[in-house]
Amino acid sequence: MNKHDSKGIPHTTPRQSATFTQDINSDIRRAAATGIYDIRGGGAKRKVPSFDDLLFMGASISRYPLEGYREKCETNVTIGGLNASNPIELDIPITIAGMSFGALSGPAKEALGRGASAAGTSTTTGDGGMTPEERGHSNKLVYQYLPSRYGMNPDDLRKADAIEIVVGQGAKPGGGGMLLGQKISDRVAEMRNLPKGIDQRSACRHPDWTGPDDLEIKILELREITGWKVPIYVKVAGARPYYDTTLAIKAGADAVVLDGMQGGTAATQDVFIEHVGQPTLAIVRPAVQALQDLGMHRKVQLILSGGIRSGADVAKAMALGADAVAIGTAALIALGDNDPKWEKEYNELGTTAGAYDDWHEGQDPAGITTQDPELMKRFDPIEGGRRLSNYLKVMTLEAQTIARACGKNHLHNLEPEDLVALTMEAAAMAKVPLAGTDWYPGKPNTSY
Amino acid sequence: MQTIDLTEVGLRETNQTLHAQADNTNQTEWEIVNPRGSHAIACGLNAPIEVTVKGSTGYYCAGMNQQATVNIQGSAGPGTGENIMSGKIVIEGDASQYLGATGHGGLIVVKGNASSRCGISMKGVNIVVQGNIGHMSAFMGQSGNLVVCGDAGDALGDSCYEAQFFVQGSVKSLGADCERKEMRDEHLTLLQGLLDEAGIDADPNNFTRYGSARTLYNFDVDNAGAY
Repeated sequence: MNKHDSKGIPHTTPRQSATFTQDINSDIRRAAATGIYDIRGGGAKRKVPSFDDLLFMGASISRYPLEGYREKCETNVTIGGLNASNPIELDIPITIAGMSFGALSGPAKEALGRGASAAGTSTTTGDGGMTPEERGHSNKLVYQYLPSRYGMNPDDLRKADAIEIVVGQGAKPGGGGMLLGQKISDRVAEMRNLPKGIDQRSACRHPDWTGPDDLEIKILELREITGWKVPIYVKVAGARPYYDTTLAIKAGADAVVLDGMQGGTAATQDVFIEHVGQPTLAIVRPAVQALQDLGMHRKVQLILSGGIRSGADVAKAMALGADAVAIGTAALIALGDNDPKWEKEYNELGTTAGAYDDWHEGQDPAGITTQDPELMKRFDPIEGGRRLSNYLKVMTLEAQTIARACGKNHLHNLEPEDLVALTMEAAAMAKVPLAGTDWYPGKPNTSY
Repeated sequence: MQTIDLTEVGLRETNQTLHAQADNTNQTEWEIVNPRGSHAIACGLNAPIEVTVKGSTGYYCAGMNQQATVNIQGSAGPGTGENIMSGKIVIEGDASQYLGATGHGGLIVVKGNASSRCGISMKGVNIVVQGNIGHMSAFMGQSGNLVVCGDAGDALGDSCYEAQFFVQGSVKSLGADCERKEMRDEHLTLLQGLLDEAGIDADPNNFTRYGSARTLYNFDVDNAGAY
């Protein structure tokens, strides 16, 4: 490029707009070409304050650590002891979040069950009901009770180890779902009582209750039907965590599942995923505050989800007051989703490994988020289960490593006092001091 | 006939007693007295028993019913018979909103009127209402039949799939993608059977059939205004 014009006057350097970025411009061009908003899977991709903005301080003279290979650091958790005669006992506080058969293939659901069971934790059904392979391979299976009630069946309800009433999910607080016709195979159609090949919409509200007073009665009905045996969770998106947690407790939930905006979905509008909801880091303290204000912290369990990736994330969630976490996207990656070994095929789909999110189109090269029989053959549920089990064990070991370094003999003993924040935003959200100070924005009795 | 006084026995023990009845129970007739509008009465039943509730009920009476016949000798609260799988529920009085929501099978008969969202998201249940039904009934109805001997309120069958609706009286308005359909012989036969099963004397020839126009089955931007 010429640096000067014909009269010798220098050109300015071409400058990309920070407002109209190449990404944004491609969004505009896509919208202009199609007239339809972009639908995709996954969670928020934008950068938001996260657990990466927190650090543990570790032990020092005032705290002594535990010996890594000699002194125990327990990881077990009991969920639902408040009302259920058979609460869920888990060896590790990392559960598998709800993902539907339909969104995922049958073998992928089987692998989640195999991996979770080997690691001593639970899996969760999704929109579309319970499949025999999922029940058969999951020692502890949580049955989601969703607005659509696709595949909802009292026989399956009674087979569940817990029931999770889904009010919302972090990727789309206030939104329903969409499973495009490409994934409505014969089996999926039959389970959902729908014609094959249509676009299946999932409702955003439950059909037979609205509001917290009704929810209390709905929980009563589910307890009556299941004989007060199994715990009843309420899953809410990270929208208004203090009030939603308060209302869920008031309605009688045994556990609250709280899902931040990094939490994935099988499919919804990109604008919904990126612009509605709050980051996982921002929602945990208000929810814990609600539990504490009602005297229910550690009695009603808090399960946090949305972008949990490592043992460090697990430890940070628990230090801020969560009793357990749930993983979805991370579990799919452990199974083989977005693996670079399929790069050529990702390229053919117009994307690249790590960025593939058109899960709703059913063309997943890894054979996980598909109902295509040929693609499904690429995925081995036994190998997938082994990989997930390995990953869960590594996360647990990592969390234990941190807890021992903080002098804690149980992951539940981690506390906010063990943490500092790297940014003002994270300090304000987590209510832990900015590193190098004893202050966070909004701290009571300070002059700021 | 076994009689349970709900105010004396309590809800949990009442339901557990009914749940304990096996397929081959010889105690097939039950009567619940003093229901006083309690919620979740006789929900989750799964045996061929007959339960008569002597009075009005609250939310979710006979919810998720399988095999049993439940007769409510009064009016029924919201969500009665929600997710019914099989069996029969008869409401002698009026029914509140969300009657038979997401029901997969079985039959619900209302001798009075049913309120709004009757048969919402129905997935195979048959519902016969002798009186009128309220607005947004059979919203997103997937399969099954809704028979209305009186009038239907606003937005009947909005966004429905393959459920069908037979209305004898007027329809205030049809919902998105719901249209009037031809009444062929097979529909007259089906409707006569449902009326007979419900014990209602009406002539199928006086009814109009409605169902999905199927224009919203696959997303089309030209239909965006209809969603």
